[in-house]
Amino acid sequence: MTLTASMFLPILPEILLLLLAELVLVLDVSLPKAQRRNLGWVTAAGAGLIILISLAAMPGPGSSPEWGGMIRHDWMSFTFKMLFIFGAGITALFAMDYKRLVERGDFFALLLISTVGMAFMASAADLIMLYLAIETTSIPLYVLAGFFTDDKKSSEAGFKYLLFGAMTSAIMLYGFSLLYGFSGTTDLAMIAQSLTAEMSVPMIGSLLLVLVGFGFKVSAVPFHFWAPDVYEGSPTPVAGFLSTASKAAGFAVLVRFMLTVFPQMTEAWAPILASLAVATMTLGNLVALAQKNIKRLLAYSSIAHAGYVLIGVVAMASPDPEAAQLGVTSTIFYLVAYLVTNLAAFGIIAAFGRQAGSDDYTAYYGMSRRSPYLALAMMVAFLSLAGMPPFGGFVGKVFLFAAAIKANLIWLAVVGVLNSIVGLYYYLTILKYVFLYPSANPEEPLPINASNRLALIVLTVGIVVIGVIFGPWFGLAATAAAAIF
Amino acid sequence: MIPLSWYLIFAAALFSIGLFGVLARKNAIVILMGIELMLNAVNVNLVAFWRYRAPEMIAGQAFAIMVFAVAAAEVAVGLALFISIYRRRNTVAADEIDLMKW
Repeated sequence: MTLTASMFLPILPEILLLLLAELVLVLDVSLPKAQRRNLGWVTAAGAGLIILISLAAMPGPGSSPEWGGMIRHDWMSFTFKMLFIFGAGITALFAMDYKRLVERGDFFALLLISTVGMAFMASAADLIMLYLAIETTSIPLYVLAGFFTDDKKSSEAGFKYLLFGAMTSAIMLYGFSLLYGFSGTTDLAMIAQSLTAEMSVPMIGSLLLVLVGFGFKVSAVPFHFWAPDVYEGSPTPVAGFLSTASKAAGFAVLVRFMLTVFPQMTEAWAPILASLAVATMTLGNLVALAQKNIKRLLAYSSIAHAGYVLIGVVAMASPDPEAAQLGVTSTIFYLVAYLVTNLAAFGIIAAFGRQAGSDDYTAYYGMSRRSPYLALAMMVAFLSLAGMPPFGGFVGKVFLFAAAIKANLIWLAVVGVLNSIVGLYYYLTILKYVFLYPSANPEEPLPINASNRLALIVLTVGIVVIGVIFGPWFGLAATAAAAIF
Repeated sequence: MIPLSWYLIFAAALFSIGLFGVLARKNAIVILMGIELMLNAVNVNLVAFWRYRAPEMIAGQAFAIMVFAVAAAEVAVGLALFISIYRRRNTVAADEIDLMKW
């Protein structure tokens, strides 16, 4: 096998991300301590640059196997890769507010390496590659969650995340080993070919084992126990990254894996995923109602959102190819809208919590009078999470429910709508505190860093743009979905 | 030659013992050992399947090597996190590390 330049195009974003991580580490040792904070600007600018350069490596229509079938180069993986890199850049900007996060450059390096793992998760087409990608994502994230080693909550978050993650990935791996045994190959597409059409108990068993690992990644009930604790304990920018990019990577894997490996077993996995979707939405929303800590509230809300996305994944099992394609399209579209929205929500919590020193509800009383712009951004983000027009979250939900109805899953759409109403209640409660309640110290201004300001402007504009001009984004999601059919 | 099923039964037993250890034990180090047992069961599976099902393709062996390389990295990070927890609280018992719940 000879190496040619064109072979490197499909992994161009990953290569650039690694180079950026190395640049950050080199700058880390050569810069004086006081200036290391600026590595956040380097990371964010680098992420933006990588997105621009990667446009040169845009895939053609269809899906081509690369690197001996280890990865697939198609619009699906490309879209997700750009999404992850965007998320990493924004997270770097939010992290700059936290002195203890950014006094060493390793934070940014770990962030970028975990993004490399996510990029490979989105494109992996082989069991070995998939496992490696999942672990490349997870291991840096364990460290990031426990990054404040002198903080009890943060180290507890890293501890719990590692134990849950290692256990579920071992269970998933057992499923992988069975799949390899049944088919004698590790290539996802070839596994599907060598599996017989009829369902057998061992097949269902390995399907369930694999779903445990994916369920952990997307924090679907009943594999969600880690999420609230980890989000509450870990540094807030990391929690934002975990709840968006890491979750989207889990869904990218779930969609590709189910469609490639188990296309004949839709009768088996569609009901399983449908029940997971209902449980995830309902439990996430109901428990969120009882929360007093805003990070835990967002954790349960992000569990609920995983449930909404699962609706799209279930719709993709429909025998009607149009409905199935709409299912994948709406899944991708929702993940884009959700990533932008939830990053904004966590960014606001990070910026405010840093100043107020608390993530309790009571700290948010009268925030609008201390910082009207931050409150405005919060309103946009929370209304989008609640699924109100004209924001991105609304359009995303419309498409998800449309996909469910097209796939003849009207009951699932109804459950989704009912859950959105529950969700609306707790999002509006927070906004009530922010806008209507008197603040204990109304005159004290809230200075917002330049990095936070930039990130929040980008995200807020993004939420509105995705919600108002949704045509091109939907077209992008449809192109991505068409690539894997 | 020993039939394939023996290996699979052995691996399934090993996996179950590991999973039981993870779910039932309190000490984080022992939980990590349970996870190692589960990963070893995976490796037994992979190597046995490789030998009996597809010996001409090296994929199974390569997979097994990847698994224990990654497992070593995971344990390294895990032990580092445990040390940072132990320094703060003088314990690594999973049920005592419960600042956050519900």
